[in-house]
Amino acid sequence: MKFKKLTAIAVSALVAASPLMANELEFPSISYRTGPFGANGAEVADGFSDYMTLLNERDGGIGGVRINAEECETGFNAEKTVECYEATKDSGALVYTPLSTAATYQLIPRVTADQIPLLSMGYGRTSVSNGDVFPYVFNFPANYWTGASVIVNHLLDINGGSLEGKTIALAFHNSAFGKEPIRTLEALGEIYGFDLTLLPIDSPGQEQKSQWLQVRREKPDYVLLWGWGVMNQVAIQEAANIRFPMENLIGVWWSGSDNDVIPAGDASNGYKAVTFHNVGTDFPVFDDIQQYVVDAGLAAGTGENVGTILYNRGLYQAAILAEAVKVAQARSGVADITAEMMRDGMENLVINDEIMEAVGLKGFGPNFTVSCADHGGPGLGAIQQWDAASQSWSLITDFIEPDMEVIQPLIDADSAAYAAENGIETGRCN
Amino acid sequence: MYDQLLYGIEAAINGLMTGVMYSLVALGFVLIFKASGIFNYAQGVMALFGALTLVGIQSGQVPFAGLINAIFGTNIQNFGWELPAIAAIILTIAMMILFAWMVERYLLKHLINQEPIILFMATIGLAYFMEGVGDLMWGSDIKKIDLPIPQGINNTIDSLTYDWFGYGFYIDNLDITASVLAIILVVTLTIFSQYSSTGRALRAVADDHQAALSVGISLRSIWVIVWSIAGFIALVAGVMWGAKSGVQFSLSLITLKALPVLMLGGFTSIPGAIIGGMIIGVGEKVFEFVVSSSWFGDAMGFTMNATENWFAYVLALVFLVFRPQGLFGEKIIERV
Repeated sequence: MKFKKLTAIAVSALVAASPLMANELEFPSISYRTGPFGANGAEVADGFSDYMTLLNERDGGIGGVRINAEECETGFNAEKTVECYEATKDSGALVYTPLSTAATYQLIPRVTADQIPLLSMGYGRTSVSNGDVFPYVFNFPANYWTGASVIVNHLLDINGGSLEGKTIALAFHNSAFGKEPIRTLEALGEIYGFDLTLLPIDSPGQEQKSQWLQVRREKPDYVLLWGWGVMNQVAIQEAANIRFPMENLIGVWWSGSDNDVIPAGDASNGYKAVTFHNVGTDFPVFDDIQQYVVDAGLAAGTGENVGTILYNRGLYQAAILAEAVKVAQARSGVADITAEMMRDGMENLVINDEIMEAVGLKGFGPNFTVSCADHGGPGLGAIQQWDAASQSWSLITDFIEPDMEVIQPLIDADSAAYAAENGIETGRCN
Repeated sequence: MYDQLLYGIEAAINGLMTGVMYSLVALGFVLIFKASGIFNYAQGVMALFGALTLVGIQSGQVPFAGLINAIFGTNIQNFGWELPAIAAIILTIAMMILFAWMVERYLLKHLINQEPIILFMATIGLAYFMEGVGDLMWGSDIKKIDLPIPQGINNTIDSLTYDWFGYGFYIDNLDITASVLAIILVVTLTIFSQYSSTGRALRAVADDHQAALSVGISLRSIWVIVWSIAGFIALVAGVMWGAKSGVQFSLSLITLKALPVLMLGGFTSIPGAIIGGMIIGVGEKVFEFVVSSSWFGDAMGFTMNATENWFAYVLALVFLVFRPQGLFGEKIIERV
């Protein structure tokens, strides 16, 4: 009797909840607020969540449909990320953003099989920008290879157009993520005449004395930093310790957050990093975030992270995905879209000044378009620099184009190899 | 070749210093194992917790602010004060003593005379619990330690060695500070362990819980004392490592660096933790220097990098083959 009663209550609850669930845009937010990388993960998750909350509170969602961006905590564990994916994929999930290269590699075959889009913005497998081979995976507006190329182009700019005879060391996280730029840098080294020295650093990277002693001995002209979490803080501190010129230490965007430079204090002044979005809070959207989210007590965190580099990245990711939803809604004529419609929206996404101004983010990122064949965008990146006195970043360049004539053949070769290994038929974009 | 010799010596000296940093973590393990036979898996998290508490207290952060705000709808974050470093250190030590008392009261008391594996499993649970509590109390953001700890190249050594050899050696002031602290800790702990009545009681408890109880030693008091001292050592380790990277949750992973030190130095020897740390530090740094050098590449046809993590364990295992109890560990003799 008791069991029947409980069953009846459960069924009633499900029936009552179903209409609500069906009328929400599901954005399962795979996040990590705990564990060794929790400090970084929390900021990205806050930015993502706060922007979605803003859309719900200010606009009533997107196209009149509210957003559900419930978080699933992974502790930056790839296996847990897969568990989160499996637990949420049948909820009507529109898109996944795993914020981990290792997890992205594990999810690529799954999302392809389940036909749910995945966006790895600035991380993951670079060659997924070939939409012909990876129909459900996107990595716009930039990837590791374009990031490496943008840094090299910046170095060309400040060296009078020549890197002949220069030495560049790559201090990288000894993982799939850290190894991503090596091919590109090797190819660019052959073209521009610089020597590349590889300095792998094992995870988590708390101890890097050997690598920085090597830098001190060999005196490379520049050191590129390709790390995440504690590896970055230690690297910047060690570089300062050996008096390596901080302006010659340039990080990828995952090595260029406030968390990376603040522990080293004044010693990190002048440190640079490449980025694919702007810095600070000097954009109208932040006024709305303050009014509708933080002041209303609806912020995902304490509100202190608003405007940090990683918060902005999470927000930018959410803003771009929201625009993709609008495209999907317009193209399908359906407000409560499906994952397949979302993919169509992402494949036809256009980001320009007009669109970004409308959402209070004009100039926040580069203009770009996505297509069936090109899931990666143009790969534009700017260089940001840290000012320890004012505790702030500033962009010191415009958005710079990468060497796509070098990178595109690498993307084509890597994606073709993946297609051959996995028996993927290509040609859908012809 | 002269250059390479100098570079090798520099790598070895830095290895010695780095090894001392590993030893700071290993010391806490040794102390608890020596006194209670427990392999304390939570030692790394204790280092994290100690450093978090120090920074939180010093900067006037309200503990459990996130939780309080979520429950009561408030928006409190900070008391609005900045405590002097010495006051913050004293309060943090008091906190670690309170923590030790709570561990004894709510965990170890219920596990007296249990198998070592049971106690070990309990410390695994304790590690996860403390990590969660640390997050709730102080938040997961990265914090900068505001203590006057010197960092960066030691200019005196740099200029002296440059005058002598034509090449200035790099020694980090942080490593020198850690070495001085480690020496003070080891000397104090060794004297305490060997010559004080409490120290002898600690060792008696380690040998046999029931026998120690039968001669009137208060097992519970001893455990509180041991965990308090281990908490203090964890605080020192957390501060030294946190000075380098900021206080963040990856600090708990420094345990991984202490394990080969323990395997090599022995789980029951305080000087062994230091000597073991130095051997591991020198071994991994010199090995990395050799196998990543161009002359090694010319001779062998290949070079290797990022060897330190695995080499430390390989080195410890090689020692274990010849001395299973570690270099300075007590030989285990069991009658059958």
